[in-house]
Amino acid sequence: MDTVLLSRIQFASTTIFHYFFVPVSIGLALIIAIMETMYVRKGNEEYKRMAQFWGKLFLINFAVGVVTGILQEFQFGMNWSDYSRFVGDVFGAPLAIEALLAFFLESTFIGIWIFGWDKVSKRIHLLSIWLVAFGTMLSAFWILLANSFMQHPVGFAINNGRAEMNDIFALITNGQLLVEFPHTVLAAYATGAFLVTGISAYKLLKKQDVAFFRKSFEIAAIVGVISSFGVAVAGHAQAQYLVETQPMKMAASEALWGESGDPAPWTVFANIDVKNQTNSNEVQVPYLLSFLSYSKFSGDVKGMLELQKEYEVAYGPGDYIPPVKTTFWSFRIMVAAGTLMMLFGVYAIYLMWRKKMDRPNTWFMRFMFWGLLLPPIANTAGWIMTEIGRQPWTVFGLMTTEDSVSPNITSGQVLFSVISFTAIYAILGAVLVGLFVKVIKKGPYAMDNEHGESHDPYNKEG
Amino acid sequence: MSLNELWFLLIAVLFVGFFFLEGFDFGVGMETQILAKNDTERRILINSIGPFWDANEVWLITGAGAMFAAFPHWYATLFSGFYIPFVFALLALIARGVAFEFRGKRDSKAWQKTWDVCIFFGSFLPPFLLAVVFASFIKGLPIDKDMQMYAGFFDIVNAYTVVAGITVVLLCLVHGLMFTTLRTLGDLQERARKLAQKLLIPLAALLVAFVVMTYTMTDIFDKRGTLLWIVVVLAVAAYLLAGYFMTKKKDGYAFGMTGAVMALSVASIFIGLFPRVMISSLDQAFNLTITNAASGQYSLKVMTIVALTLLPFVLGYQIWSYFIFHKRVHEKEHLEY
Repeated sequence: MDTVLLSRIQFASTTIFHYFFVPVSIGLALIIAIMETMYVRKGNEEYKRMAQFWGKLFLINFAVGVVTGILQEFQFGMNWSDYSRFVGDVFGAPLAIEALLAFFLESTFIGIWIFGWDKVSKRIHLLSIWLVAFGTMLSAFWILLANSFMQHPVGFAINNGRAEMNDIFALITNGQLLVEFPHTVLAAYATGAFLVTGISAYKLLKKQDVAFFRKSFEIAAIVGVISSFGVAVAGHAQAQYLVETQPMKMAASEALWGESGDPAPWTVFANIDVKNQTNSNEVQVPYLLSFLSYSKFSGDVKGMLELQKEYEVAYGPGDYIPPVKTTFWSFRIMVAAGTLMMLFGVYAIYLMWRKKMDRPNTWFMRFMFWGLLLPPIANTAGWIMTEIGRQPWTVFGLMTTEDSVSPNITSGQVLFSVISFTAIYAILGAVLVGLFVKVIKKGPYAMDNEHGESHDPYNKEG
Repeated sequence: MSLNELWFLLIAVLFVGFFFLEGFDFGVGMETQILAKNDTERRILINSIGPFWDANEVWLITGAGAMFAAFPHWYATLFSGFYIPFVFALLALIARGVAFEFRGKRDSKAWQKTWDVCIFFGSFLPPFLLAVVFASFIKGLPIDKDMQMYAGFFDIVNAYTVVAGITVVLLCLVHGLMFTTLRTLGDLQERARKLAQKLLIPLAALLVAFVVMTYTMTDIFDKRGTLLWIVVVLAVAAYLLAGYFMTKKKDGYAFGMTGAVMALSVASIFIGLFPRVMISSLDQAFNLTITNAASGQYSLKVMTIVALTLLPFVLGYQIWSYFIFHKRVHEKEHLEY
């Protein structure tokens, strides 16, 4: 296998793994901040216990997110050095600003939050978790700014064979960023919310600490329903922007080979034949693609074959059609998962509104428990669609993935790193799930005697 | 000062800051196997760096990010050229970071032992590997005319770089021991100070060996002789003062001095490099410099404004967090980890 393929495998696997934890951190930080705010305002110890219990899960998750993030920063240079040379001027700046602005904030104030319960005032402690929540969001902003440049490069000029930044404000107001940031951050809030509702649903089914988990469920359900609707709205805006700026990705995500016709129907299902560039057994909803693309029930959408010709004129000979099946199906998986999240969320709110939460409806709570998997599925599928759909480009229209790889690394080296990172990540994943289960089983009232007093007779005084 | 010079200086400051700060928490991580006698002591040590180590590590992340932004070629040549060392450093940092959070979460000896091993190797390998990388910077590396580095095993691992690696590891340990004297009490504090004193002689031998090897094997004393000799004299003074303060049990001053030795050692690498950022052993003309490896002026200007605006705040709240947790950690209080 060559270094490009291996580096892509490494980048995809480490990024997908990293992105299981990032949205949970962003979402849980917000929910914990809300819980602690209620504690400080109402003085009810139950809310403090909530912040601490969910905080336990948050910290386990946060640790994995942080350590897997270091590799994200390093592997641009390690595996994609020619990419780094070409765009470092534009791409490095947001990464550096992310570290300076967000990572320092998060890491310092998470330390104060963890260790400061008895050392700082209630208000400073509350401020710490809000700053952590704010920091995670800032971090998302700058990393998405960098990603948006790859999707839709702006604010640069090509000098001496490199992309050099010439307008930072163009980067900050990149249309791609303005749709991608709300979509991604709201999805992260939904991820944290569905994790909390899912775990709470499990405990409510088991009838353990019912009052505690009902309250947690309610807080998170409100965050979940607001954010999942927000995700859909932002996603719609993003799709329209896609039609304008990356029509090939849009066409691939629809498996649209030829012209769509006007009005354009949305394909729910199709048997895609990449070799002969046709589909069979299509199931379509009329008008819907026109609506997705233009917010009206008319207008046609360009197909891949036509775009391929246009791209050849613009960028020279080559194959500009991304892996169609992956793009098509990941888009559908994302939309399906997102739709289920909205339905679950609405029904949960309905139950709360009708005050039916004290007699939880068993089948629905079971759905809600498994529903904690929906956001990670949607997040992963969404990123696969965005990144695979951009191929063969790393920076759209400027640099291909082939050209981005480090010329001086060997496939043996990359194979070694792929294997070792996969192995350590697999272990981390398993350990994290195990610890989550352990913390959840113990419940919020068992935490006081953590750290097994058997080998530490003194710590009860804490 | 040009923006290129300013960014070279800022990156140097970030790495000096990283080694000064994370240096002591690497040291404390090593102490969990060397100094701690039982699990309680191990936990006291871990808790003593608990609120800080993560933010300390961000100095490294910011340093690498600043390299990427200000000198993309430096970043690209460095990270792709040292591919395997960085794989090991990352594996070590990953294992270490989660180990702090994970080790106390299950009540099993085997479980804790496993994570303790991760903490030890995770605290020992990164400073060793980073020192190897930094030392090979000034020794020169096979970098071709396209700025691509094709290094063999012995280009990276040789007597000079290994001496540098061991020196920095030992320096981290001594620095960490002094941090322990500041944040613990009683027997543990006493032993930390004693061990630090005991290590001063071997560390001095290593530092002298490093300076002699640097003088004979690299060109940096030819290029920046005066400045480097000043650094060496300052380092010797700081070193002697560190030993003096240790015997007088003035732990705070001693900690400052071990940190100063660390800071001066790292700074000397950057002083010797300047204005080069990576030295080619093939041909002087292939050197990467603060000019040919840099971003455009616009980018540097934007970064400068951002950095100079944010740095006071970042430094402010980091210092504040050290102030919040200035009290000593002992077994009678709640230990988080």
